[in-house]
Amino acid sequence: MDAVQWRPPFGMRAARSALLLAGLATWWLVYRNLEAFARWFVHDLLSMAADTRLISALEFFVYEAPKVLMLLFVVVFGVGIVRSFFTPERTRRMLAGRRQAVGNVLAALLGVVTPFCSCSAVPLFIGFVTTGVPLGVTFSFLISAPMVNEVALVLLFGLFGWKVAALYLGTGLAIAMIAGWTIGRLHLERWVEGWVYQTKTGVGPDTAALSWADRVRAGRDAVKDIVGKVWPYVLAGIAVGAGIHGYVPENFMASIMGKGAWWSVPLAVLIGVPMYSNAAGIIPVVQALLGKGAALGTVLAFMMSVIGLSLPEMIILRKVLRPPLIATFAGVVALGILLVGYLFNIVL
Amino acid sequence: MNVKILGSGCARCKQLYAEAQKALAQSGVEASLEKVEKIDEIMKFGVMMTPALVIDAEVKCSGRIPPAAEIVSWLTTAAAKAG
Repeated sequence: MDAVQWRPPFGMRAARSALLLAGLATWWLVYRNLEAFARWFVHDLLSMAADTRLISALEFFVYEAPKVLMLLFVVVFGVGIVRSFFTPERTRRMLAGRRQAVGNVLAALLGVVTPFCSCSAVPLFIGFVTTGVPLGVTFSFLISAPMVNEVALVLLFGLFGWKVAALYLGTGLAIAMIAGWTIGRLHLERWVEGWVYQTKTGVGPDTAALSWADRVRAGRDAVKDIVGKVWPYVLAGIAVGAGIHGYVPENFMASIMGKGAWWSVPLAVLIGVPMYSNAAGIIPVVQALLGKGAALGTVLAFMMSVIGLSLPEMIILRKVLRPPLIATFAGVVALGILLVGYLFNIVL
Repeated sequence: MNVKILGSGCARCKQLYAEAQKALAQSGVEASLEKVEKIDEIMKFGVMMTPALVIDAEVKCSGRIPPAAEIVSWLTTAAAKAG
Protein backbone atom coordinates (compact mmCIF):
# COMPACT_ATOMS: atom_id res chain seq x y z
CA MET A 1 0.00 0.00 0.00
CA ASP A 2 1.32 3.36 -0.91
CA ALA A 3 3.03 5.30 1.81
CA VAL A 4 3.11 8.51 -0.20
CA GLN A 5 0.06 10.43 0.88
CA TRP A 6 -1.14 13.86 0.09
CA ARG A 7 -1.63 15.74 3.34
CA PRO A 8 -4.18 18.53 3.34
CA PRO A 9 -3.00 21.88 4.71
CA PHE A 10 -3.59 22.57 8.39
CA GLY A 11 -6.49 24.96 7.83
CA MET A 12 -8.41 22.37 5.92
CA ARG A 13 -7.77 19.71 8.54
CA ALA A 14 -8.94 22.04 11.31
CA ALA A 15 -12.08 22.86 9.35
CA ARG A 16 -12.80 19.19 8.86
CA SER A 17 -12.36 18.44 12.56
CA ALA A 18 -14.66 21.34 13.44
CA LEU A 19 -17.25 20.01 11.04
CA LEU A 20 -17.04 16.58 12.60
CA LEU A 21 -17.48 17.99 16.10
CA ALA A 22 -20.42 20.16 15.05
CA GLY A 23 -22.00 17.11 13.46
CA LEU A 24 -21.63 15.11 16.66
CA ALA A 25 -23.10 17.94 18.76
CA THR A 26 -26.13 18.21 16.48
CA TRP A 27 -26.51 14.45 16.63
CA TRP A 28 -26.59 14.56 20.42
CA LEU A 29 -29.20 17.35 20.53
CA VAL A 30 -31.52 15.56 18.12
CA TYR A 31 -31.02 12.24 19.88
CA ARG A 32 -31.93 13.70 23.28
CA ASN A 33 -35.19 15.10 21.97
CA LEU A 34 -36.48 12.14 20.01
CA GLU A 35 -38.88 10.89 22.66
CA ALA A 36 -40.53 14.29 23.06
CA PHE A 37 -40.72 14.58 19.32
CA ALA A 38 -42.40 11.19 18.94
CA ARG A 39 -45.01 12.10 21.55
CA TRP A 40 -45.63 15.46 19.94
CA PHE A 41 -45.80 13.94 16.46
CA VAL A 42 -48.30 11.24 17.35
CA HIS A 43 -50.48 13.12 19.84
CA ASP A 44 -50.47 16.73 18.71
CA LEU A 45 -49.72 16.62 15.03
CA LEU A 46 -51.81 13.60 14.13
CA SER A 47 -54.07 14.26 17.16
CA MET A 48 -55.04 10.66 17.38
CA ALA A 49 -56.80 9.51 20.46
CA ALA A 50 -59.42 7.16 19.11
CA ASP A 51 -57.53 3.90 18.88
CA THR A 52 -55.08 3.54 21.69
CA ARG A 53 -53.52 0.37 20.30
CA LEU A 54 -52.68 2.06 17.04
CA ILE A 55 -51.26 4.98 18.98
CA SER A 56 -48.97 2.86 21.08
CA ALA A 57 -47.74 1.00 17.98
CA LEU A 58 -47.18 4.24 16.12
CA GLU A 59 -45.44 5.94 19.02
CA PHE A 60 -43.15 2.95 19.31
CA PHE A 61 -42.19 3.19 15.67
CA VAL A 62 -41.80 6.96 15.47
CA TYR A 63 -39.54 6.91 18.53
CA GLU A 64 -37.54 3.73 17.99
CA ALA A 65 -36.84 3.95 14.25
CA PRO A 66 -34.90 7.24 14.23
CA LYS A 67 -33.30 6.41 17.59
CA VAL A 68 -31.90 3.09 16.44
CA LEU A 69 -30.79 4.45 13.07
CA MET A 70 -29.00 7.35 14.74
CA LEU A 71 -27.24 5.06 17.20
CA LEU A 72 -26.29 2.75 14.38
CA PHE A 73 -24.84 5.62 12.43
CA VAL A 74 -22.54 6.80 15.20
CA VAL A 75 -21.46 3.38 16.45
CA VAL A 76 -20.75 1.94 13.01
CA PHE A 77 -18.70 5.04 12.25
CA GLY A 78 -16.76 4.62 15.49
CA VAL A 79 -16.24 0.91 14.95
CA GLY A 80 -15.03 1.62 11.42
CA ILE A 81 -12.35 3.89 12.85
CA VAL A 82 -11.38 1.41 15.58
CA ARG A 83 -11.13 -1.39 12.99
CA SER A 84 -8.72 0.65 10.90
CA PHE A 85 -6.21 -0.03 13.69
CA PHE A 86 -6.66 -3.79 13.37
CA THR A 87 -6.07 -5.97 10.35
CA PRO A 88 -6.31 -9.77 10.14
CA GLU A 89 -2.55 -9.78 9.48
CA ARG A 90 -1.81 -8.00 12.72
CA THR A 91 -4.28 -10.17 14.62
CA ARG A 92 -2.67 -13.29 13.21
CA ARG A 93 0.76 -12.14 14.31
CA MET A 94 -0.57 -11.54 17.79
CA LEU A 95 -2.13 -15.00 17.96
CA ALA A 96 0.55 -17.13 16.30
CA GLY A 97 2.09 -19.64 18.67
CA ARG A 98 -0.10 -18.63 21.62
CA ARG A 99 -0.80 -21.27 24.16
CA GLN A 100 -4.34 -22.43 24.83
CA ALA A 101 -6.36 -20.36 27.30
CA VAL A 102 -4.41 -17.11 26.87
CA GLY A 103 -4.76 -17.53 23.13
CA ASN A 104 -8.50 -18.19 23.37
CA VAL A 105 -9.13 -15.11 25.49
CA LEU A 106 -7.08 -12.91 23.18
CA ALA A 107 -8.66 -14.38 20.04
CA ALA A 108 -12.20 -13.79 21.30
CA LEU A 109 -11.37 -10.17 22.13
CA LEU A 110 -9.65 -9.58 18.81
CA GLY A 111 -12.63 -11.13 17.06
CA VAL A 112 -14.69 -8.13 18.14
CA VAL A 113 -12.40 -5.45 16.72
CA THR A 114 -10.86 -7.14 13.68
CA PRO A 115 -12.78 -6.54 10.46
CA PHE A 116 -14.43 -9.79 9.42
CA CYS A 117 -16.94 -10.91 6.86
CA SER A 118 -18.14 -14.48 6.64
CA CYS A 119 -17.30 -14.42 2.93
CA SER A 120 -13.58 -14.30 3.87
CA ALA A 121 -13.91 -17.03 6.50
CA VAL A 122 -11.99 -19.54 4.35
CA PRO A 123 -8.87 -17.48 3.53
CA LEU A 124 -8.84 -16.29 7.12
CA PHE A 125 -9.06 -19.82 8.50
CA ILE A 126 -6.25 -21.06 6.22
CA GLY A 127 -4.16 -17.97 6.92
CA PHE A 128 -4.46 -18.56 10.65
CA VAL A 129 -3.89 -22.30 10.94
CA THR A 130 -1.00 -22.45 8.45
CA THR A 131 0.98 -19.79 10.27
CA GLY A 132 0.94 -21.26 13.72
CA VAL A 133 -2.35 -20.14 15.26
CA PRO A 134 -3.71 -23.22 17.10
CA LEU A 135 -7.02 -24.64 15.85
CA GLY A 136 -8.92 -23.91 19.07
CA VAL A 137 -7.64 -20.33 19.15
CA THR A 138 -8.70 -19.89 15.51
CA PHE A 139 -12.17 -21.09 16.47
CA SER A 140 -12.40 -18.63 19.34
CA PHE A 141 -11.85 -15.92 16.76
CA LEU A 142 -14.29 -17.42 14.26
CA ILE A 143 -17.01 -17.67 16.89
CA SER A 144 -16.61 -14.26 18.43
CA ALA A 145 -16.25 -12.32 15.17
CA PRO A 146 -19.81 -12.84 13.93
CA MET A 147 -21.48 -13.36 17.32
CA VAL A 148 -20.29 -10.21 19.04
CA ASN A 149 -21.57 -7.89 16.41
CA GLU A 150 -21.58 -4.10 16.62
CA VAL A 151 -25.02 -3.77 15.05
CA ALA A 152 -26.47 -6.17 17.61
CA LEU A 153 -24.72 -4.31 20.39
CA VAL A 154 -26.19 -0.99 19.26
CA LEU A 155 -29.69 -2.37 18.99
CA LEU A 156 -29.51 -4.02 22.39
CA PHE A 157 -28.21 -0.84 23.94
CA GLY A 158 -30.82 1.30 22.24
CA LEU A 159 -33.80 -0.94 22.90
CA PHE A 160 -32.94 -2.65 26.20
CA GLY A 161 -30.38 -0.45 27.90
CA TRP A 162 -26.72 -0.94 28.73
CA LYS A 163 -27.15 -3.87 31.11
CA VAL A 164 -28.49 -6.22 28.48
CA ALA A 165 -25.92 -4.98 25.99
CA ALA A 166 -23.14 -5.71 28.47
CA LEU A 167 -24.59 -9.15 29.23
CA TYR A 168 -24.63 -9.95 25.54
CA LEU A 169 -21.04 -8.78 25.09
CA GLY A 170 -19.82 -10.68 28.15
CA THR A 171 -21.59 -13.94 27.46
CA GLY A 172 -20.78 -13.82 23.74
CA LEU A 173 -17.08 -13.47 24.56
CA ALA A 174 -17.30 -16.22 27.19
CA ILE A 175 -18.91 -18.64 24.72
CA ALA A 176 -16.22 -17.88 22.11
CA MET A 177 -13.41 -18.42 24.63
CA ILE A 178 -14.77 -21.61 26.17
CA ALA A 179 -16.02 -23.20 22.94
CA GLY A 180 -12.70 -22.51 21.20
CA TRP A 181 -10.78 -23.86 24.18
CA THR A 182 -12.92 -27.01 24.17
CA ILE A 183 -12.33 -27.57 20.46
CA GLY A 184 -8.60 -27.11 21.08
CA ARG A 185 -8.61 -29.70 23.89
CA LEU A 186 -10.41 -32.22 21.69
CA HIS A 187 -7.49 -32.15 19.20
CA LEU A 188 -9.63 -32.23 16.08
CA GLU A 189 -6.91 -31.29 13.59
CA ARG A 190 -7.55 -34.57 11.74
CA TRP A 191 -10.96 -33.22 10.75
CA VAL A 192 -9.52 -30.26 8.97
CA GLU A 193 -9.31 -30.98 5.23
CA GLY A 194 -5.82 -32.32 4.53
CA TRP A 195 -4.88 -29.83 1.84
CA VAL A 196 -5.35 -26.91 4.21
CA TYR A 197 -2.13 -27.57 6.11
CA GLN A 198 -0.26 -28.08 2.85
CA THR A 199 -1.26 -24.67 1.55
CA LYS A 200 1.64 -22.29 1.17
CA THR A 201 0.62 -19.05 2.72
CA GLY A 202 2.53 -16.01 1.61
CA VAL A 203 3.44 -13.10 3.82
CA GLY A 204 0.53 -10.72 3.94
CA PRO A 205 0.70 -7.14 2.77
CA ASP A 206 2.43 -4.77 5.10
CA THR A 207 0.02 -2.01 5.85
CA ALA A 208 1.44 1.46 5.71
CA ALA A 209 0.52 3.75 8.57
CA LEU A 210 -2.83 5.38 7.96
CA SER A 211 -3.44 9.05 8.52
CA TRP A 212 -6.42 10.23 10.55
CA ALA A 213 -8.12 11.33 7.38
CA ASP A 214 -7.84 7.74 6.13
CA ARG A 215 -9.32 6.41 9.36
CA VAL A 216 -12.24 8.84 9.21
CA ARG A 217 -12.77 7.72 5.65
CA ALA A 218 -12.75 4.09 6.83
CA GLY A 219 -15.48 5.02 9.32
CA ARG A 220 -17.49 6.73 6.62
CA ASP A 221 -17.12 3.73 4.31
CA ALA A 222 -18.29 1.43 7.10
CA VAL A 223 -21.42 3.57 7.57
CA LYS A 224 -22.12 3.55 3.85
CA ASP A 225 -21.55 -0.17 3.65
CA ILE A 226 -23.24 -1.43 6.82
CA VAL A 227 -25.98 1.11 7.51
CA GLY A 228 -26.71 1.22 3.78
CA LYS A 229 -27.33 -2.51 3.90
CA VAL A 230 -29.18 -3.01 7.17
CA TRP A 231 -31.54 -0.04 7.38
CA PRO A 232 -34.45 -1.74 5.61
CA TYR A 233 -34.17 -4.67 8.06
CA VAL A 234 -34.05 -2.31 10.99
CA LEU A 235 -37.19 -0.52 9.85
CA ALA A 236 -38.99 -3.78 9.05
CA GLY A 237 -37.97 -5.22 12.41
CA ILE A 238 -39.14 -2.13 14.27
CA ALA A 239 -42.42 -2.14 12.34
CA VAL A 240 -43.08 -5.76 13.35
CA GLY A 241 -42.00 -4.86 16.87
CA ALA A 242 -44.40 -1.92 16.85
CA GLY A 243 -47.23 -4.22 15.75
CA ILE A 244 -46.50 -6.65 18.57
CA HIS A 245 -46.13 -3.75 20.99
CA GLY A 246 -49.53 -2.34 20.13
CA TYR A 247 -51.63 -5.38 19.37
CA VAL A 248 -50.37 -8.45 21.20
CA PRO A 249 -51.92 -8.65 24.67
CA GLU A 250 -49.75 -8.30 27.78
CA ASN A 251 -48.19 -11.53 29.02
CA PHE A 252 -49.22 -13.33 25.88
CA MET A 253 -45.67 -14.64 25.44
CA ALA A 254 -45.24 -15.63 29.07
CA SER A 255 -46.68 -19.10 28.58
CA ILE A 256 -44.65 -19.87 25.44
CA MET A 257 -41.38 -18.05 26.05
CA GLY A 258 -41.59 -17.36 29.76
CA LYS A 259 -39.32 -18.59 32.52
CA GLY A 260 -41.72 -21.34 33.48
CA ALA A 261 -41.41 -23.07 30.13
CA TRP A 262 -38.09 -24.94 30.50
CA TRP A 263 -38.27 -26.33 26.96
CA SER A 264 -38.44 -22.88 25.47
CA VAL A 265 -34.64 -22.35 25.61
CA PRO A 266 -33.65 -25.40 23.53
CA LEU A 267 -36.56 -24.71 21.22
CA ALA A 268 -35.38 -21.12 20.75
CA VAL A 269 -31.87 -22.35 19.84
CA LEU A 270 -33.25 -25.06 17.54
CA ILE A 271 -35.34 -22.52 15.65
CA GLY A 272 -32.59 -19.92 15.73
CA VAL A 273 -29.67 -21.87 14.23
CA PRO A 274 -31.06 -22.49 10.73
CA MET A 275 -32.57 -19.01 10.69
CA TYR A 276 -30.32 -16.57 8.99
CA SER A 277 -31.23 -13.04 9.66
CA ASN A 278 -28.99 -10.21 10.57
CA ALA A 279 -29.12 -8.76 14.04
CA ALA A 280 -30.80 -5.70 12.63
CA GLY A 281 -33.98 -7.49 11.70
CA ILE A 282 -34.29 -9.81 14.66
CA ILE A 283 -33.65 -7.62 17.69
CA PRO A 284 -36.58 -5.18 17.42
CA VAL A 285 -38.91 -8.18 17.17
CA VAL A 286 -37.26 -9.78 20.13
CA GLN A 287 -37.59 -6.61 22.15
CA ALA A 288 -41.32 -6.52 21.61
CA LEU A 289 -41.60 -10.18 22.63
CA LEU A 290 -39.72 -9.41 25.82
CA GLY A 291 -42.22 -6.67 26.59
CA LYS A 292 -45.00 -9.23 26.36
CA GLY A 293 -43.59 -11.56 28.98
CA ALA A 294 -40.93 -13.60 27.21
CA ALA A 295 -37.96 -14.39 29.46
CA LEU A 296 -34.68 -12.60 28.81
CA GLY A 297 -32.57 -15.78 28.76
CA THR A 298 -34.80 -17.42 26.19
CA VAL A 299 -34.80 -14.34 24.02
CA LEU A 300 -31.02 -13.91 24.30
CA ALA A 301 -30.49 -17.57 23.37
CA PHE A 302 -32.71 -17.18 20.35
CA MET A 303 -30.90 -14.06 19.21
CA MET A 304 -27.41 -15.50 19.70
CA SER A 305 -28.23 -18.63 17.76
CA VAL A 306 -29.64 -16.59 14.91
CA ILE A 307 -26.60 -14.30 14.70
CA GLY A 308 -23.76 -16.48 15.94
CA LEU A 309 -24.48 -19.74 14.16
CA SER A 310 -25.45 -19.36 10.58
CA LEU A 311 -26.00 -22.03 7.99
CA PRO A 312 -24.35 -20.11 5.11
CA GLU A 313 -21.16 -19.69 7.16
CA MET A 314 -21.05 -23.42 7.89
CA ILE A 315 -21.50 -24.20 4.20
CA ILE A 316 -18.61 -21.86 3.40
CA LEU A 317 -16.46 -23.50 6.10
CA ARG A 318 -17.23 -26.96 4.68
CA LYS A 319 -14.51 -26.20 2.13
CA VAL A 320 -11.87 -26.45 4.85
CA LEU A 321 -13.55 -28.49 7.60
CA ARG A 322 -14.86 -32.04 7.52
CA PRO A 323 -18.49 -32.52 8.61
CA PRO A 324 -17.67 -33.94 12.08
CA LEU A 325 -15.70 -30.79 12.90
CA ILE A 326 -18.49 -28.53 11.66
CA ALA A 327 -20.95 -30.54 13.76
CA THR A 328 -18.69 -30.27 16.82
CA PHE A 329 -18.29 -26.54 16.27
CA ALA A 330 -22.05 -26.00 15.95
CA GLY A 331 -22.74 -28.34 18.87
CA VAL A 332 -20.29 -26.73 21.28
CA VAL A 333 -21.50 -23.22 20.46
CA ALA A 334 -25.17 -24.24 20.67
CA LEU A 335 -24.49 -25.81 24.05
CA GLY A 336 -22.86 -22.60 25.24
CA ILE A 337 -25.85 -20.56 24.08
CA LEU A 338 -28.20 -22.98 25.81
CA LEU A 339 -26.33 -22.58 29.10
CA VAL A 340 -26.42 -18.79 28.77
CA GLY A 341 -30.17 -18.94 28.19
CA TYR A 342 -30.81 -21.06 31.29
CA LEU A 343 -28.39 -19.03 33.37
CA PHE A 344 -30.24 -15.79 32.69
CA ASN A 345 -33.65 -17.32 33.21
CA ILE A 346 -32.49 -18.56 36.62
CA VAL A 347 -30.55 -15.50 37.73
CA LEU A 348 -32.83 -12.72 36.52
CA MET B 1 2.02 -4.83 -16.18
CA ASN B 2 -0.43 -7.22 -14.60
CA VAL B 3 -3.42 -6.59 -12.34
CA LYS B 4 -5.08 -9.38 -10.40
CA ILE B 5 -8.34 -9.43 -8.48
CA LEU B 6 -8.28 -12.05 -5.74
CA GLY B 7 -11.56 -13.44 -4.46
CA SER B 8 -13.72 -16.50 -4.72
CA GLY B 9 -16.36 -14.95 -6.92
CA CYS B 10 -18.43 -13.11 -4.32
CA ALA B 11 -20.47 -10.02 -5.13
CA ARG B 12 -17.84 -7.69 -3.72
CA CYS B 13 -15.15 -9.33 -5.86
CA LYS B 14 -17.15 -8.57 -8.99
CA GLN B 15 -17.57 -5.00 -7.82
CA LEU B 16 -13.81 -4.63 -7.40
CA TYR B 17 -13.23 -6.16 -10.83
CA ALA B 18 -15.55 -3.60 -12.40
CA GLU B 19 -13.84 -0.79 -10.51
CA ALA B 20 -10.41 -2.00 -11.74
CA GLN B 21 -11.70 -2.13 -15.31
CA LYS B 22 -12.88 1.44 -14.99
CA ALA B 23 -9.54 2.52 -13.54
CA LEU B 24 -7.59 0.85 -16.35
CA ALA B 25 -9.66 2.65 -18.94
CA GLN B 26 -9.27 5.98 -17.15
CA SER B 27 -5.53 5.75 -16.58
CA GLY B 28 -4.65 4.58 -20.08
CA VAL B 29 -2.02 2.29 -18.55
CA GLU B 30 -1.35 -0.87 -20.53
CA ALA B 31 -1.99 -3.82 -18.25
CA SER B 32 -3.66 -7.19 -18.25
CA LEU B 33 -6.50 -7.78 -15.80
CA GLU B 34 -7.28 -11.23 -14.42
CA LYS B 35 -9.43 -12.85 -11.78
CA VAL B 36 -7.85 -15.26 -9.31
CA GLU B 37 -10.51 -17.46 -7.75
CA LYS B 38 -8.57 -20.53 -6.57
CA ILE B 39 -8.08 -20.45 -2.84
CA ASP B 40 -4.50 -21.77 -2.83
CA GLU B 41 -3.53 -19.16 -5.43
CA ILE B 42 -5.10 -16.47 -3.24
CA MET B 43 -3.27 -17.74 -0.17
CA LYS B 44 0.10 -17.36 -1.92
CA PHE B 45 -0.36 -13.64 -1.59
CA GLY B 46 -1.04 -14.01 2.12
CA VAL B 47 -4.36 -12.29 1.73
CA MET B 48 -6.90 -13.03 4.46
CA MET B 49 -9.65 -10.68 3.43
CA THR B 50 -11.18 -10.81 0.00
CA PRO B 51 -11.51 -9.14 -2.40
CA ALA B 52 -7.92 -8.02 -2.88
CA LEU B 53 -6.16 -6.17 -5.66
CA VAL B 54 -2.65 -7.05 -6.76
CA ILE B 55 -0.47 -5.06 -9.15
CA ASP B 56 2.66 -6.88 -10.36
CA ALA B 57 2.69 -9.31 -7.41
CA GLU B 58 2.24 -6.50 -4.88
CA VAL B 59 -0.97 -6.52 -2.79
CA LYS B 60 -2.42 -3.03 -2.92
CA CYS B 61 -5.52 -3.51 -0.81
CA SER B 62 -7.58 -6.31 0.71
CA GLY B 63 -11.03 -6.53 2.21
CA ARG B 64 -12.29 -3.31 0.71
CA ILE B 65 -13.29 -1.82 -2.61
CA PRO B 66 -11.19 1.26 -3.34
CA PRO B 67 -12.70 3.88 -5.65
CA ALA B 68 -11.45 3.85 -9.25
CA ALA B 69 -9.49 7.07 -8.65
CA GLU B 70 -7.39 5.35 -5.98
CA ILE B 71 -6.67 2.41 -8.30
CA VAL B 72 -5.69 4.87 -11.03
CA SER B 73 -3.07 6.41 -8.73
CA TRP B 74 -1.61 2.95 -7.99
CA LEU B 75 -1.54 2.15 -11.69
CA THR B 76 0.26 5.32 -12.67
CA THR B 77 2.88 4.99 -9.92
CA ALA B 78 3.46 1.36 -10.86
CA ALA B 79 3.75 2.35 -14.53
CA ALA B 80 6.22 5.12 -13.67
CA LYS B 81 8.27 2.68 -11.58
CA ALA B 82 8.33 0.16 -14.42
CA GLY B 83 9.57 3.06 -16.51
